[in-house]
Amino acid sequence: MTTDHQMYTLNINGAERPVKDSWIGESLLYVLRERLDLPGSKGACEQGECGSCTVLLDGDAVCSCLVMAATAVDSTITTVEGLLADTVIGDTARVISDVQAAFVTEGAVQCGFCTPGLIVAVHHLLEHNPSPSDIEVKEAISGNICRCTGYGRIFAAVNAVIETRKKSK
Amino acid sequence: MTVTVATNLADALAALRATPDARLLQGGTDTMVEINFNHFKPEHIVALRKVQELRNFSIQEEKGLIFIGSGVPYQTLENDPFLTLLPALAQASRTVGSPQIRAAGSLGGNLGTCSPAGDGLPVLSALDATVHLQSVDASRDVLIHDFMVGVKKNARKPDEIITGVTVPILRGFQGYSKVGVRNAMVISVASACLAVDTSRSQIRLALGAVGPTIIRCRESEQWLATQVDIANSNFSNEIAKEFGRRAALEARPIDDHRSTAEYRKHAISVLAERLLLKANS
Repeated sequence: MTTDHQMYTLNINGAERPVKDSWIGESLLYVLRERLDLPGSKGACEQGECGSCTVLLDGDAVCSCLVMAATAVDSTITTVEGLLADTVIGDTARVISDVQAAFVTEGAVQCGFCTPGLIVAVHHLLEHNPSPSDIEVKEAISGNICRCTGYGRIFAAVNAVIETRKKSK
Repeated sequence: MTVTVATNLADALAALRATPDARLLQGGTDTMVEINFNHFKPEHIVALRKVQELRNFSIQEEKGLIFIGSGVPYQTLENDPFLTLLPALAQASRTVGSPQIRAAGSLGGNLGTCSPAGDGLPVLSALDATVHLQSVDASRDVLIHDFMVGVKKNARKPDEIITGVTVPILRGFQGYSKVGVRNAMVISVASACLAVDTSRSQIRLALGAVGPTIIRCRESEQWLATQVDIANSNFSNEIAKEFGRRAALEARPIDDHRSTAEYRKHAISVLAERLLLKANS
């Protein structure tokens, strides 16, 4: 049992991160952004509708606003900051993953608020399904709302990653 | 405030006995919204996501039953073996929220919250599911119709955990349809589950989001049984239309922020009619 202000530890992006002196009911999104200096996950709706706060929790893509942080002890959490494993592009000071690079080159980013959640959702999709159909891509990102792009360039970015990964094998 | 992360059912039950006013947290998709918007400030939380016993399911083929643990996420329920054995449940599961919500949400959460718009609930009603409840020293089974008692009210006692449901495997068509404002990420404005049970010559219809809790359309079901031979299910357009009209009469919707009572009644008449015609093929 954990009580208010009692420290608990979360495993985030491979590191043990202590959470100190917090209200114990805080969402994982709040703890990531406000207590652990991981502002990549964005907070927009705080009710699971927009997907901007998507993280991987024990391998599942979930909305971090709907996870009570203190219940995520003994779980593995990966945020957008931790998604560099597949293909690292760029120098070490500013590394981005192949999915992030494709979003940049295909112009899939406009205001950028939905982008981190989409990046996590796309990584999760391609990890489990390396050659998804168009409808599978649409379904996989149906929980990530983008108000700017109309999604066309997002689909182009996903397809670019699929093609690049196929060629590199 | 305290948070207990239970890793097995015995620990979860003991924690709940110690703090019977605790909120049980499964996927968090309902409770965390309440907390984020300051509508609810919990004193005690017993988190169930790590309780493996609640995430199991088992097929009892000789009895024609499936046990589904209360924590099995919708992303499991939308695929096989559920897609084949309980197609209406798989269809309903697939309409829940988004992939992110379906990775977290479960039937246990649907039953615990007991919102009339819960997508799993019309299916459990149409299939005559049994809900299993357990406390530290007792367990009991409650028929789904007795479990759901009102708007966000159920028959669970404060020291009980919903461990799962047992759902009969039926022979015959079954389907789930819902109306919402768009295709993805939508809470039902009106929903309906139709299940044909050829071995008992029954057709069952349950409605969601059009009453204080899920509504079984017993009168429409009985009327239909007097009109046609259900075992040979061949329903004319006229029969289907009348079935829809009667189902809408059994709905008891209200006007709220999602829709109007009038539209919901119309939606039910269309959903019930279409589901019955689908049963022909």
